Order: sequence, then structure tokens, then C-alpha cells
Amino acid sequence: MRRDTGLLRAMVLAGLAAFALLALYTLAVGALLGSSLAPDAQALLGTALGTRWPLLVMACLALAALVAWAVQPLVRRWATAPARLLEEAQVLLRTDAQRSLRSDDGAPVVQALARMLNELAQQRDQLRQDMAAQVAQASHGVAQERNRLAALMSELTQSVVVCNLDGRILLYNNRARMQFRALSAAPQLADGAELIGLGRSVYAVFDRKLVAHALDSVQQRLQRGAPHPSAQFVTTTRSGQLLRVQLAPVRAVADGGAEGMPADAAQALSGFVLMLDNITRAYEDEAAQERLLHGLTEGSRGALANLQAAAEMLDDPGLPPGLHDRFVGVIREESQAMGRRLNALASQNAQGLATRWPLEEMLGTDFLQAARQRIGQTTGLRTSVLAQDEALWLKLDSFALLQCLGYLAQRLHGEFEIKALHLRLQAAGGQRAHLDLVWTGHAMSTETVVSWEMDPLAAGQETSSLTVRDVVQRHGGEFWFERDRARHQAFFRFLLPLAPQAEQDQRDAAALPGDSRPEYYDFDLFANTESSHALDERRLVDLTFTVFDTETTGLNPAGGDEIIQVGATRLLHGRLLRGECFDQLVDPRRDIPAAGIPIHGITPGMVAGKPDIRSVLPAFHAFAQDTVLVAHNAAFDMRFLQLKEKATGLRFEQPVLDTLLLSAVVHPNQESHRLEAIAERLSIAVVGRHTALGDALVTAEVFQKLIPLLAEMGIHTLGQAREAAQKTYYARLKY
Amino acid sequence: MTDKILIADDEPNILISLEYLMKREGFEVHLARDGNEALAVLQRERPRLVLLDVMMPHKSGFEVCQALRADEALKHTLVLMLSAKGRETDIAKGRAMGADAYMTKPFSTKDLVLAVRSLLERPQ
Repeated sequence: MRRDTGLLRAMVLAGLAAFALLALYTLAVGALLGSSLAPDAQALLGTALGTRWPLLVMACLALAALVAWAVQPLVRRWATAPARLLEEAQVLLRTDAQRSLRSDDGAPVVQALARMLNELAQQRDQLRQDMAAQVAQASHGVAQERNRLAALMSELTQSVVVCNLDGRILLYNNRARMQFRALSAAPQLADGAELIGLGRSVYAVFDRKLVAHALDSVQQRLQRGAPHPSAQFVTTTRSGQLLRVQLAPVRAVADGGAEGMPADAAQALSGFVLMLDNITRAYEDEAAQERLLHGLTEGSRGALANLQAAAEMLDDPGLPPGLHDRFVGVIREESQAMGRRLNALASQNAQGLATRWPLEEMLGTDFLQAARQRIGQTTGLRTSVLAQDEALWLKLDSFALLQCLGYLAQRLHGEFEIKALHLRLQAAGGQRAHLDLVWTGHAMSTETVVSWEMDPLAAGQETSSLTVRDVVQRHGGEFWFERDRARHQAFFRFLLPLAPQAEQDQRDAAALPGDSRPEYYDFDLFANTESSHALDERRLVDLTFTVFDTETTGLNPAGGDEIIQVGATRLLHGRLLRGECFDQLVDPRRDIPAAGIPIHGITPGMVAGKPDIRSVLPAFHAFAQDTVLVAHNAAFDMRFLQLKEKATGLRFEQPVLDTLLLSAVVHPNQESHRLEAIAERLSIAVVGRHTALGDALVTAEVFQKLIPLLAEMGIHTLGQAREAAQKTYYARLKY
Repeated sequence: MTDKILIADDEPNILISLEYLMKREGFEVHLARDGNEALAVLQRERPRLVLLDVMMPHKSGFEVCQALRADEALKHTLVLMLSAKGRETDIAKGRAMGADAYMTKPFSTKDLVLAVRSLLERPQ
């Protein structure tokens, strides 16, 4: 349409211009003609033309229209087409729409120009695509590398925590998580998640000054040019655990590459790695050993001195008879006392006397599997497992013990022609297990057993300087031969240590299925420094949020209603950390009205024996530390928390955002801002609604989606979000 | 003239042997059963040499030794420390506190007599 009116206008203008030119020309010709005529001829012409001037004008107009009509294709080809092409090219330039320009009605040159522009545009699109592909590939590579790193970390048995210079955790592994759980003051409540989590401060666990001191000494070493600058410290935690911490620097990566970099830049730290070792037990063991040694040496020296002196006096031939009896009395008394002391020490330290050979922990069934393979390799015999306790964790030097089994199997096969061997693993009480190598028939003499025990291990091509006895000693264990006459069986029995129960529990907990691994890192935190902005000025995408929900006995906190469940999750850099959740039932110390049970599904039986709010709230307070609180209809939940301030002495003073209000900011014309309605609007799948954690997770997802929608409205910072929420209609309703 | 010797130890079972031993060697022997008593006997009897056990009630041998060296009248007393503490660090401490010799329990009585004799015969 526009083009048609443009064309029309051009034609009319061209016609009018032609008419004006013609009129001027005719007037000029008339004037010239007139001036050359005699005055009477002029008058004659005047009268002749005077009455016919409309004809003249008509002729001129017709001629002008004719000219305009004739010129029109030219205008179209030479003026309109290029103008149109220009407009289209501008569209092409300013957007990334993919279209090809045409100029069929343009002059050949204009058409060629259009083709050229098309080629240029194609070239540009190609370049863009290449670039995008390269960027995508590069970031995929980076993501993959990070995932690989995180995967690697999570498999380490050493616990590793990486922090930025503010002490914020940006990577941790599973082992660290377990260790922090042991450090937690309320492990059964927050599960250590109040201590370790992405973006949390490591200073909740370690004294800031201690870390600062370690960092200082690392800096000094860096400046000295030490090749492996790291520092070590031992600290006791609030729960009384002894931790050995090794701190290594994370150096800032210079953009320009390492060469020619100024020395300062090479030494700039961007964070640090902490490697933690819980040495509480090792230290206790060592202290026990020390006490034992001390008791045996210094405790015995005095008694021995008494004995020796008395004995030497007895040698004196001139000893008066009265004194003789007294010296003998001393000897009797001292030797008896020494025997008693020795027995006491030995029984106290039966476990502490265990050898110091480093033993690994291994699942018993795994070891049996390996043992069968080993025996198969050395003898070609097939072995079966007679009995095994499934959940036994052994503390082993598995390599040496497998050598033993292979060696014994080979001698049994070679010297006694045993054709079938069996393995048996059973708990033996007192933190020990029996590992038996069983065969049918053939017994052997004690001499043979002893010689086998003392011969160097040799199985197949392998020889070793070790003997069975050495290996058994490494385990602080025992080894013997036994007969089971009833079953016509004989067996070698190893008495082996089990891994302590606490460690077994930890391992079981760690073995729980969890897909949380990829959430164990957030390298963007390296770039984060918190001191730069006041909280209100920080962008929502840069903040850490605790999104929470509570289930309650009713709607009236002032009227005695109580919290019965608290659920929370964390949102960091716009990412939902599903692996770092808080989920706790609370004993309300009152009845739960039946009317509410179908909604929250929590029965009095479920909260019986659970901790009450006075112990749950401190754990939740720690969990929410240093974060912004988010809840749906936050005023309701906050009211419950505030009413507990007096009882617990804990105040939740951090800023609070309400997804209900924020939703009203984003969609002011929607009727409902109930959580379900918002979730549906934002197409969020709702799972586990009406448990506190389920609702917290939905709220978190809602909030996650609201952040970019708020940004579109120019609401970027926490302060802006709070201000906008205050202005909504809903905010003016008082709960 | 016979030399006076003080034996300070809280173990009666060693005192009996050492007392007999030193008397047999011809010394005049005095006994003390804790640190305070040792200092008191030192003041009263002014022995030339003291066999001083380290671990005693009230005052340890280290403390007795230090007090003795700080006392003008007693500071030339010879001190032979006897101790169940056998670590190098303990011996170093005994020397630092002013002991002339340090013997770790158990010891042979022959060696003890030799050590006592050599201390007494040492030019002062």
C-alpha cells in the first residue's frame, strides 16, 4: 500500500512538474511569438486565442499527462526501486532476519546491486553462524572440562574445598560434605548443609584469622618463588574434632599468557584450595600409643631400679639376715606390682597396639571377588564362596593379603592336590572378622602350617620377601589352621580387623544415590567479591537465596498455631541447588487439627519424637545465614518465625522477597497469584506440593523464572525488587 | 673424715637399698622422702652430695636442685639426679637445673657407687 501511494504521488508530482514546465514553455513561446508580431497581429492572435485558452491548457495538460505516463517506468526503475532496495537493506542491517532482497522492477544496475547485497548478507550470516558454533563449542568444552573436574573431585577420598578470596565455597566434593557433616553441631538436622554449600562462607567452620595467616605464608612463599607454595594448619572445630588443613593457592590466570607477565600478576591469588583431613581418631590413637609406651618405659624404670638395687644388695656376702629378708620382700613386691601394671596396660591398649601399617577399607564382598580371581589365576582352580556377611567392611592391605591367599592356594593345590577351594567371610565379634580358606579332607601337621607361614610368598612368577606371618602382623591379626571334623573340612583362618563402625556409617551415607554431583561447583564465584556493593544494590542474579516454606498446624500464629515442617532450598547465581536442601519435621508440642492433615499430610505420629522448634530453628538459621530469604506469601511464614524470636533468641534479619508480590509485579492483571496458578502460568511442573520442601522447590523455580521477567521491566537489583513489590496492590493488604 | 650423703626418694623400696649401699661404702647417710624434707635436711646437715630423685611429692627433684643452686650456703653441694625419666629432654633439663650427674633408672649399684666416688674426688 505504501509503495502504491508513493508511486501515485511520484506520478502526480511528475505530471504536475511536466505541466508546469509545459505551461511556462508555452507562455515563453507565446511571449517570444508575440514580441516578434506587429501590434495588430498581436491583437488578432489575442482574440483568436483568448477564447480558446482552455483548449490550450487542456492540450498542455494532456501533453503533461502523456509525458508523466511515459516517464513513469523510468521513475520506477531508477528512483523507486533503489529507494525500496535501500529500505530493505536497512532492515537487513538492523535485524538478523534472513531474507533475500529482490529488485525485479529496478534497472539492471539496481538488480545487480540487490544481488550483491544478498551475497554480502549471506556472507554475514555465514560468519555469524560460524562464530556462534565456535562459541557454543568452546563453552561446551569448558562445561565438559568443569564437569570432568567435578566428577574427578567427587571420587577423591581426600576432602577438597575450593574457595574464592572471600572464603566463599565454589567447589566441594562428596568427601568434604561428609566431613562437614561430622563437624556440624546438629548433624541430624541440617545434615551439615548449613556449613558446606556453594557460596557459603568457609569461615563458619574455620577461624578467619587462621586462614588469613595461612594465606599470608603462602603469599610469602609465592614471593620467594617457592615451587609448591602451600601452608598447613591443624585446628579444632566447635564440635571438638581435630582437622588438619592444607591450603594451596589458586592463582589468577593472566589473560595474555604466562610469558612476559609481571611478577605481581603471576602471584595474584584468586582463591584457595583446602584439603581437609580429620585426624581426630588418628591423633587419639597416637596419644593412646604414646601413653602405652610411656607407661611401659617410665612406669617400669622406677620399679626396675628398685628390683635391681635390691638384687645387687642380696649379692653382698656380709648382709645381715634381717636385711636379707627385707630385700627379698622388696623384690617380691616390686615384681608383682609390675606384673599387675603390665596386664592393666595391655588390656587397655589391646586395640591401640594394632600395627601402624596403612590399611585401606574395603567391602568384604569386593575382597572375596578379588580373591577368587587371584586364586583362579595362580592355580587355575575355581573357588566358591561358602558364606559371607554382606555388609562387612574390612581394613586391609588387600594386595599383600591376596598374595597370601594365592600362595596358600598354590601350595594346597601343588603339595596336597586339593582340587576345590572355598572362601568364607564372617564377623567374629570385637571389630574383627574371620576370613577362611576352606578345603575338604586333608589335614596337615602343625609343622607344615608353621613352615608355610614362615616361607616367603611365591605364587606363579611372583615372589615376595614377605611371609604369611608378616602380612598377618601388618593387619594386627592372627592366622591358624583348624579342622572341622563334622564336615570333613579343614581351613586356614585369618583374623582380620574390621573398619570402625562410624566410618561404615559414613560410607553408607555417602553411597546413597544422589545426582547432586554437578551442583558441587560454581566457578563464577571466583569473579565475585562481596565487599563491592551493599546488598540492596546487588543484582538478583548475583545473590544467594534461601527459598523456604513452612507447614503449620493452622493459620493463626498468634493464636497458638505452630510450625510442623520446615523445608528450604538454595538458589545461587540463578541456579537451583537441589543437592543442598533443608527438610525437617518439627514436633509442635501441641495437637495437629484434623482439618489440616489432608492438606499437609502430616499426622501427629509423624512428628512424635522429632526435635521441637527450639532446636530446629537454630539449624535453619545457620542454613539461611548470609542469604536473602524467599517465600511465597512470605509475610505468613515470617510471622511464625518472628514469634519464635524470643524463645530461641534468633532473629531473621536478612532481606525477604515474596514470590506472590513479585508475581503481581510481573503480571499485574492476573487474577490469581496462588503458587499453583503462577507455576502453571510459568509452565513449571509441580511435584510434591504441600510438603514444605516440595513447596519450597516450586517457589524456588517460580522465583528463578521471575528474575528474567523482572529484568525485562528494568528491575535488576534486590533494592529495586523490594521497592516494586511494596508498590503492588497485594502488598497493601495486611496479612 | 666421712662424707655426708643425702638420699632423697619417695620410694621406700629403693631407699632401703641405697641406704645400705652407701653406708657400706662408708658414707654418713641421711634420708628424705619428699622435696620439702630434702631441702630441710640439706639445710640442717649440709651434705657434700645428694642423690636426688626427680619425681617426688611436694617438690620435684628439679625444683629442689634449682633452690639449692640459688642458695649461697648450699650451692656447692654435689647433685646426682636419679630418674625414671629417661628421655634426652629430661636429661637436658636436669643438667640445666644444675645437676652434676644424671642417672636413668634402672642402674647398676656398682655404676652408682663409681659415679658418686668420681664426683666426690673431682677437684672443686
